[in-house]
Amino acid sequence: MDERVFIKDGIRLDGRRFDELRPIKMEVGVLKRADGSCYMEMGDNKVIAAVYGPREVHPRHLQEVNRAIIRYRYNMASFSVEERRRPGPDRRSYELSKVSREALEPVILTSYFPKSVIDIFVEVLQADAGTRTAGINAASVALADAGIPMRSLVSSCAAGKVDGQIVLDPMKDEDNFGQADMPIAITPTGEITLLQMDGMMTRDEFRQAIELAKKGCQEIYRIQRKVLIDRYSQFEDLQDEGSRR
Amino acid sequence: MSSVISEIRKDYLYNLLLRGERADGRSFTQYRPIEIERNIIKKAEGSALVRLGKTQVMVGIKIQPGEPFPDAPNRGVIVTNAELVPLASPIFEPGPPNEYGIELARVVDRGVRESGAVDLDALCIVPGEKVWVIFIDIHILDDCGNIMDASSLGAIAALLGSTVPASRFGLGDDFQLPVRDIPIATTAVEFGDVVLFDPDIDEEAIADAKLTVITKADGTICGMQKSGPGMLSEEQVYRIVDIACENAKEIREKFLE
Repeated sequence: MDERVFIKDGIRLDGRRFDELRPIKMEVGVLKRADGSCYMEMGDNKVIAAVYGPREVHPRHLQEVNRAIIRYRYNMASFSVEERRRPGPDRRSYELSKVSREALEPVILTSYFPKSVIDIFVEVLQADAGTRTAGINAASVALADAGIPMRSLVSSCAAGKVDGQIVLDPMKDEDNFGQADMPIAITPTGEITLLQMDGMMTRDEFRQAIELAKKGCQEIYRIQRKVLIDRYSQFEDLQDEGSRR
Repeated sequence: MSSVISEIRKDYLYNLLLRGERADGRSFTQYRPIEIERNIIKKAEGSALVRLGKTQVMVGIKIQPGEPFPDAPNRGVIVTNAELVPLASPIFEPGPPNEYGIELARVVDRGVRESGAVDLDALCIVPGEKVWVIFIDIHILDDCGNIMDASSLGAIAALLGSTVPASRFGLGDDFQLPVRDIPIATTAVEFGDVVLFDPDIDEEAIADAKLTVITKADGTICGMQKSGPGMLSEEQVYRIVDIACENAKEIREKFLE
């Protein structure tokens, strides 16, 4: 194992404390052709999410008579990582697409659009640990941008274990050499819609990690909400909503 | 991927659950009877047939020399694959693995890998060139629910009885595959406000969300996966983790130690 020190005097390699997120940048409506879109940077991650639909399902046999189906495609650009990735889906992206879809599905009011599909496409342009969480954050905002009725937004980030300490939002080096990584996604009311973990944690550490990741998600939620309100503040009712806050 | 379930069966199960009962009489945290038969495939380096209630899963281990990963030149390699073959369920179809098969294989793999169960450092043949590659192949034979736990149990049971076939490749004497830990996956589903462990096929069909927790012999958590289009509250997650640890301990002590 690597003997590098990742936390010195409570400060991490990139200057963050254990409970700090990396800088976040979000922009809504960045793609003209898509019904909804969002660009997001979380530290060195750069992802872009597009939503198309509700629209007709092709192939038609996938239709559900009582609700819309959700498709989520997580795709990494070949240049997004150090060593060129072979284009196209691999087993990892199949799994991430599945869990990400299941992270958003509970908040989307699919019964409003029977026999249709809501397609979510996430392209990872630059990866630095945490792409699935950035993708979910961006997709959640893109869904709102597309006007898809939802119970709430979904916010997502990871907590990890580095040098035996539970930290928020691990970056690539911390993820590679750390002891655990746990991405979660939650709704503003605290329901968990994504939870994965690999590495080793005791039960107490796990609870700490959940608490920490929850705090991170709440911070992200505020940003998601703000970018949407900023974007749509030209509409009166949303402006009222914003000033009441 | 869940099978079709009639509304009347759904109502029946739901009403039972409200009364604190399950269709087969188990408690909410109780597992179906488990049976493990080991080393039944002669051609494989290790194998296990797991029966979890009526669910049947066969796991075979093949071990061959191969190339190491560039970032771990002196360590053995684990490759996990799962096939949801159409003989196992009316809803499984032939063809390349779909996302359910891939998720299954990756979660089983996560348990074996992250727990450090296999001593990969002992599987180097020529540093940087040749190492032992362990193929864990999961064959679902009869899906009557919770193939995740059955597969994971099959994988570690098969690994425990595996022999590295060194003599066949002229690389010295055969030796027992060094296994240092016994990771156990336990899965619960959430339905309404009820949490059920080891769901059968109907319980899976009515469930909203599923959580798999993999624990090591010392009680450390080494992997987790939520799946299914539902949500879990924080309290539910903590409760599932606590019970999962106890269930895993029991299964480990009873069947694998």
